Amino acid sequence: MAVINYDNELRRAGAHSTHGWRKLTYLARRHMLGAIGLVIMVLFVLAALLADFIGRYDPLSVDSMQRLAPPSAQHWLGTDSFGRDVWSRIVHGARISLAVGVGSTLLGSSIGVIVGLASGYLSGWVDLVFQRITDILQALPLLVLALVMTAALGPSLPNVIIAIAIPLIPTVARVIRANTLALRELPFIEAAKSIGMSETRIALRHVLPNTLAPLIVLATAQLGSTILTEASLSFLGLGIPEPYPSWGRMLSESAAEYVRTAPWLVIFPGIAISLAVFGTNLFGDALRDILDPRQRG
Amino acid sequence: MTDATPLLEVTDLVKHYAVRGGVLRRRVGTVHAVDGVSFTVGVGETLGMVGESGCGKSTVARAILRLVEPTSGSIQLNGLDITHLGKADLREHRRSMQIIFQDPFASLNPRMTAGDIVGEPLSVHGLATGEKRRERVAELFDQVGLRADQMQNYPHQFSGGQRQRICIARALSLGPDLIVCDEPVSALDVSIQAQVINLLIDLQRRHGFSYLFIAHDLAVVAHISHRVAVMYLGRIVEIAEKAELFANPRHPYTQALLASVPVADPKKKTLKPMIDGDVPSPINPPSGCAFHTRCRYVMDRCKVDTPVLEEASAKHQVACWLNEGTGREL
Repeated sequence: MAVINYDNELRRAGAHSTHGWRKLTYLARRHMLGAIGLVIMVLFVLAALLADFIGRYDPLSVDSMQRLAPPSAQHWLGTDSFGRDVWSRIVHGARISLAVGVGSTLLGSSIGVIVGLASGYLSGWVDLVFQRITDILQALPLLVLALVMTAALGPSLPNVIIAIAIPLIPTVARVIRANTLALRELPFIEAAKSIGMSETRIALRHVLPNTLAPLIVLATAQLGSTILTEASLSFLGLGIPEPYPSWGRMLSESAAEYVRTAPWLVIFPGIAISLAVFGTNLFGDALRDILDPRQRG
Repeated sequence: MTDATPLLEVTDLVKHYAVRGGVLRRRVGTVHAVDGVSFTVGVGETLGMVGESGCGKSTVARAILRLVEPTSGSIQLNGLDITHLGKADLREHRRSMQIIFQDPFASLNPRMTAGDIVGEPLSVHGLATGEKRRERVAELFDQVGLRADQMQNYPHQFSGGQRQRICIARALSLGPDLIVCDEPVSALDVSIQAQVINLLIDLQRRHGFSYLFIAHDLAVVAHISHRVAVMYLGRIVEIAEKAELFANPRHPYTQALLASVPVADPKKKTLKPMIDGDVPSPINPPSGCAFHTRCRYVMDRCKVDTPVLEEASAKHQVACWLNEGTGREL
């Protein structure tokens, strides 16, 4: 398996230094869209972290005097039918989206890595069983699986994370398994065997680190879709329960009734969802180009 | 044969691979990768093993190290049969045998520093940790001609020859009795090849271990070996002291191999190739002597009976009907 030596690539492309800040600015210039995606992601994370400071209002506080107020200096993005500030609900909603996105991606990837490594490295019946389970899981669309999961587990933040993470497992496991199969045949794995390393240690010390690049790429790409799945679940009423603000539910609460009379209730959460997914996808694509040019296409 | 108690004794080693096909993955054929190979390697001795690609040299190497499980036969190291050792016992015995691979680019983990690669065997066997391990690795680096300050570098920062030196250092780290070299220089530039070969010879003089040196380049084998074995299609066809084999090759295949070595003299006429055609498929090896399809001296008997390795003269064994009985005369 060819391992990409990024420093050499950089040098060949005319970078003067391959360290620190210069490397970063060089990459940013070469992958403009990726840099934009990264900026969006950073803004998104900052919004989630600083929600209490930049939210201006309590996202849960009801103000009957200010129901359905249009965007103004007082309420930047207007208020909803309960008089809650849309801006602060969106900023706090970023927290939910981030928690679900990162949480489920991490959970799904870690389990996927274990399954993929075991499947690819041990092969035999372990592989057979894991692969058939994977086939079954992959036959169902992500959203449908997540729907069934939340319906079975009941709506709560941890349950939503689990429900979205489980459908991710097969995708990650497949990629890791394929990589492991390729790596397993390389002489450095045989060398590790001949120095008397145990199989588990070989898998963790030699195989796993060499599958990290595609894993990071895959996880970033999945981040966007997990955010979208959470929004869809909430839209369908199976996501994060009231009263916590979730972008998907903000949409579903207002879509039918207020789309004409108070369009800001639909537009702004919609923009938030699109931007977050757009940002992670752009960044994910750039990361794939940087770390794993073979998967381009 | 040079020593009363050989370090390594391989007896009738066989490795068959199943060829599976069809929906049910039924066994439809067998690759006879190694088909009954016996030889010994003495203490401090280098046995060279030559043969065309696909003749089973690498499979022999991997079977000795138990990287592939032999189908049958036995492998004895230091008088102990390691063919059927369990995992824990085998791990302990791996200390006494190490391997150096052909491709120095794929035999080092790209995500580990050179120092970690060389020091890893020490950690695995709990021989040295921390500062002690660092010192030992620095010492090994010195022995193979690398600088201790290169320990923090990653494999991609080294040249092919340097990488092979790292592989040698890794093999040395456990103080093995036997090092199997699977075409260790064929991926290197000619100028680098000589350096690495000389390093290997130097290290052997210093530490007294044995080599099983696999190559397809006769010149390289001639330089490093004490004895040479010639393989053809999963079998050893001739095995002898180096000087004897080069001066007096008895098997037609060995003769053809030696005749095919290019001579660096443009005035010298190129000899007509003594054999042509390709190596037959090991899935369906020819009956009798596997070489009979390409042999100049083929007789009816060669197509039916398989010749076995027999003493043709002192310390010279050959598997060919032409040499039958010659051992008694000499």
